[in-house]
Amino acid sequence: MQQEELKIKLSALLPAATFEEGGEWLTMQVEPTDWPALANNLLTEPTLNFNFLFCLTCVDWKTHLTMVYHLSSRTFGHNMVVKVKLDAAKPVIATVSDLWRTAEFHEREVYEMFGVNFLNHPDLRLLILPDGWEGKNPLRKDFVDPINMIKL
Amino acid sequence: MIEEIGTTPEGELIINVGPQHPSTHGVLHLVITLSGETIRKVEPHLGYIHRSIEKMCESLTYRQFIYVTSRMDYLSAHINNHACALVVEKGLQIEVPARAQVIRVLMDELTRVASHELWWGSMAMDLGAFTPFFHAFRERESINEIMEETCGARLTMNYMVPGGVVQDIHPNFQKKVKAFLQLYKLKIHEYDELVTGNIIFQNRMKGVGIIKPEDALSYGVTGPAARGSGLSCDVRKIYPYEIYDKLDFEEVLETAGDSFARYMVRIREMQQSIRIIEQLIDNIPEGDFQAKTKAVLKLPKGDYYTRVETARGELGVYIVSEGGTTPYRIKFRSPGFSNLSILDHIARGSKLGDLVAMMGTLDLVIPDIDR
Repeated sequence: MQQEELKIKLSALLPAATFEEGGEWLTMQVEPTDWPALANNLLTEPTLNFNFLFCLTCVDWKTHLTMVYHLSSRTFGHNMVVKVKLDAAKPVIATVSDLWRTAEFHEREVYEMFGVNFLNHPDLRLLILPDGWEGKNPLRKDFVDPINMIKL
Repeated sequence: MIEEIGTTPEGELIINVGPQHPSTHGVLHLVITLSGETIRKVEPHLGYIHRSIEKMCESLTYRQFIYVTSRMDYLSAHINNHACALVVEKGLQIEVPARAQVIRVLMDELTRVASHELWWGSMAMDLGAFTPFFHAFRERESINEIMEETCGARLTMNYMVPGGVVQDIHPNFQKKVKAFLQLYKLKIHEYDELVTGNIIFQNRMKGVGIIKPEDALSYGVTGPAARGSGLSCDVRKIYPYEIYDKLDFEEVLETAGDSFARYMVRIREMQQSIRIIEQLIDNIPEGDFQAKTKAVLKLPKGDYYTRVETARGELGVYIVSEGGTTPYRIKFRSPGFSNLSILDHIARGSKLGDLVAMMGTLDLVIPDIDR
């Protein structure tokens, strides 16, 4: 499906969403509350069928956090990006690990690195960081660690 | 939290495999729940070699950050560097000279062969045979020599830079690669005689750790591990970069989805890489090996994403730029991280001894998982 066609289809699916200009792929911005229903539609809608979540990550913008989901359809070959803005002080979003199983590990990584809380995640614990790092989020911009971080 | 090692009230046994265990090839720590010899649960505990490369890259310039990425999947160092060079070139719209493109693809494919050879040797060693390891290292050594001559390093090469490659190939390069091709063709039958056709190995691999294609897709498994289940996912074919669309090679697919299918994919993939090298080795165009670029690189504000096919699967590099000389945020979507996530799913219900065959054919490289 071409980008324009995809855009029409997606805005019909969720009229509240906005689209980002530029960028290689169609980028959709949605509210955290709209995300679970949209994610389900993106996967199950036969003409969309985004069955491959190839990247899940988060960006710290100091004032807020942005979850970034890169989706691809192995059936049709189209790609898209979904961005969800979260509150920096209390970031909460629904998990998508029930739709794309790869999200389970990736969400655990985002949880420890950025402190995002994923609702209904089956096993939200530290994955990479050792015990005692709960609440300290190394990939946040305001994170300081005078012992382990060397500034050039 | 690491669970109490010992026995649960239900009579299940919880044991550690790793972080120091020969079959984990590095520092992977698995906590395994066993009922007799049957695996009930596999829980990876990562981070023993976590260096937070993503955070480090935030304070390195677009020329510097490439060097750190050789230390992720150190067996695909060239291909990691390639992905990073591509993403910078995409952002700055740098045209890479034809000579550099061919050299890059040659290096990628040599790396792939070397990586699969190391995998083959260590895979056989995991399953109890020591001899194949030496056979694999004999061929791999001649690739390492080629790398050493041209790049100055044997493992963490750091040869690709935005705009091309760091220096021209060594005058001996073509001669040595051809000698390697000859050696490989002379010796490849030994691989099949020693392992592929060996009934003991076949019995240990066939029907073990079956990945269904829909599971591979859902868990984000890519590379030979997914292609063993018949899932077409070769980035070189789906989203061709450099000159891969002009080359004559096949995407190797097997359908059984078990450890033996994944084994066969890698064996056959080596032959495809050899095919690519043969097509290119006499056709390296004359010209520059590097495009002229500015001394200080600044990516325009925006998001950039590239993906390449490493020896282990799809590597994605995601850069968020604010227009400065360093990335604002960088994310490496490493193939090993996603491939590892399916281990628990496929290991449940099988015997503990089979876990080694599963881990071996997933071809896990721990620094790639931890980053």
